[in-house]
Amino acid sequence: MSLDTWIAIFVSTVVAATPLIYAALGELVTEKAGVLNLGVEGMMLVGAVVGFIVGVNSGSLVLGYLAAMLAGVLMSLVFGVLTITLQANQVATGLALTLFGAGLSAFVGRSYAGQPIDGADALHIPLLSDLPVVGALLFQFNALVYGSIALFFAVQWFLSRSHAGLRLRAIGEAPSVSHAIGHPVQKTRYRAVMFGGACSGIAGAYLSTALTPMWVEGMSSGRGWIALALVVFATWKPLRVLLGAYLFGGVTVLQLYAQGFGLTVPSEFLSMLPYAATIVVLVIICRDPKTILLNQPASLGKGFHPDA
Amino acid sequence: MKPLASVEPKPSHGISRWRVGLLALGLSLGLASASAAAPLKVAFVYVGPVGDAGWSYAHDQGRLALEKELGAQVKTTYVESVPEGADAERVIRQLAVDGNQLIFTTSFGYMEATVKVARMFPKVVFEHATGFKKTKNLGVYETRFYEGAYLLGVLAGGTTKSNTLGFVGSFPIPEVIRNIDAFTLGAQSVNPKIKTKVIWVNTWYDPGKERQAAETLIAQGADVMCQNTDSPATLQVAQEKGVYACGWDSDMSRFAPKAQISANINNWGPYYVKVARDVIAGTWKPSDTKLGIADGGVKLAPVLPSVPAAAVKAFEDKKAAIAAGTFAPFQGPIKDQSGTVRVPAGSVMSVPDMMAINWYVAGVEGSIPK
Repeated sequence: MSLDTWIAIFVSTVVAATPLIYAALGELVTEKAGVLNLGVEGMMLVGAVVGFIVGVNSGSLVLGYLAAMLAGVLMSLVFGVLTITLQANQVATGLALTLFGAGLSAFVGRSYAGQPIDGADALHIPLLSDLPVVGALLFQFNALVYGSIALFFAVQWFLSRSHAGLRLRAIGEAPSVSHAIGHPVQKTRYRAVMFGGACSGIAGAYLSTALTPMWVEGMSSGRGWIALALVVFATWKPLRVLLGAYLFGGVTVLQLYAQGFGLTVPSEFLSMLPYAATIVVLVIICRDPKTILLNQPASLGKGFHPDA
Repeated sequence: MKPLASVEPKPSHGISRWRVGLLALGLSLGLASASAAAPLKVAFVYVGPVGDAGWSYAHDQGRLALEKELGAQVKTTYVESVPEGADAERVIRQLAVDGNQLIFTTSFGYMEATVKVARMFPKVVFEHATGFKKTKNLGVYETRFYEGAYLLGVLAGGTTKSNTLGFVGSFPIPEVIRNIDAFTLGAQSVNPKIKTKVIWVNTWYDPGKERQAAETLIAQGADVMCQNTDSPATLQVAQEKGVYACGWDSDMSRFAPKAQISANINNWGPYYVKVARDVIAGTWKPSDTKLGIADGGVKLAPVLPSVPAAAVKAFEDKKAAIAAGTFAPFQGPIKDQSGTVRVPAGSVMSVPDMMAINWYVAGVEGSIPK
């Protein structure tokens, strides 16, 4: 394969992985606080449609992204009120949020289906973008791609170095103990859920304004679920989320290239590969109970009531 | 007579089915007073939302053409996003109960449901798109879409500089394979050196994946692409990378004004008008209709100005020949990938062979996933 082909594979991989990184990092923080929000797919779809509508009508993608984040936050607040305040079952509520988001986005976006929008352009960084090879490899993406890397560093720093991050993790491990020593469990969980919502929202907007600049019903095509799987796949570690997302993206892209090179592996088998990879990794990490138990928030999916 | 709240936006199929129920109530009360001059009630069942810019959208354009052409002689209703399966039967039956005299079911998966309901309502006329089961009150119709695919191939073959075309396939079924073959044959008619690369995405609809497939094809040298999937993602990539692509199902030039060389369009309007006229006149008979370039059932979008003049001329000539019936895309000699002659010179592939085609013509690379 020529150098250009390798560059193309690398670029496609990064572009395909970006929405997964946003959604999975958001969900990671939510889960670290002990809340399991299965509504990622629904929040992504609402983010996608709102980002698109605002982007089309205002002509500004930045406004679109802000609106998408806000829409994701609002969706996550519905989830938060139900599960954190009203103590509803998190799994059932999350699933309902996904179904609700799919229907709501289809309804809101009715008259926008099949409309074009000027998608996010690649940033042109003077000098750097013009470098041979390296320029094409690293400096030809749109702003959201760099944003996803920045978000990774921010989340990594927050969870491992900041006071608030350590408190959030403590709440995810032992909410009653945290409550007893005076940490605001409910408030922190709300914030974590809202952060997850904002990230899903922007992941959705990335789909509808950058990856394929258009809106159509159900356009996330299961990427929200892949993001959820990624968090487990990464055993709740931000760096592994990042690498996992590139691995997922890479396997998908490679299977398309393999077809183009006339590799006679059935394409259905290749389509299945990313999911098979998750299962294999799950099996491998489960062989070592310490790794998984050390990182999995102990109170994940369990409600907490301060007065109980 | 109670007015029929015929066409209004429906938020989802759940609600639209509920409305159909309400309509039924209104109609059964209203029917008693219907006079002989009452308009023909025509109903359409769509598999997707009418805003999908593809398959269901095209059928709805046909419905609108019917309303425009026959005016007060018809009254149309539609139900969108009806899943193929048990729901479909209920919706179709309800439409028949509502007093619709002509019902178009527009997806292959409605076949069994349509046959069943047609048996229950012998006085109602049914028309099922892309199916093959005909009864005495059920006709079938479809378009020879491969004619459009062939003509797009002619343009693509005259436009490409790398002699490599790309095709994003959905599922390896005869319908799609036939289009890939027709596209390749069309291109080879103006440029014998053409190779077509095919990538299967195993979905009708996942813009992200269609995009990646198109990027892959471009990276592997394709500079004109076509796709038998439902979103304009391939065209968007082509526009971005400065290569060319073809629109599919509807004119997608608004997504890629510089990249769409032309588009293959289903134009159902004339057929819907004809069937409605026949039903009104009482001359309707069940038929197996194949619409194509000749009768306007398949149309091509305006050709991009930057396509070389020689290719446009070849395209126009072939189009005229297909319309006149002097040329067919699957006209021999046609060789498969191994070089075996599948269709000898001087003959045309038979319809059953075409419907079951499961081999690539010479020039298509790779093999069909089994």
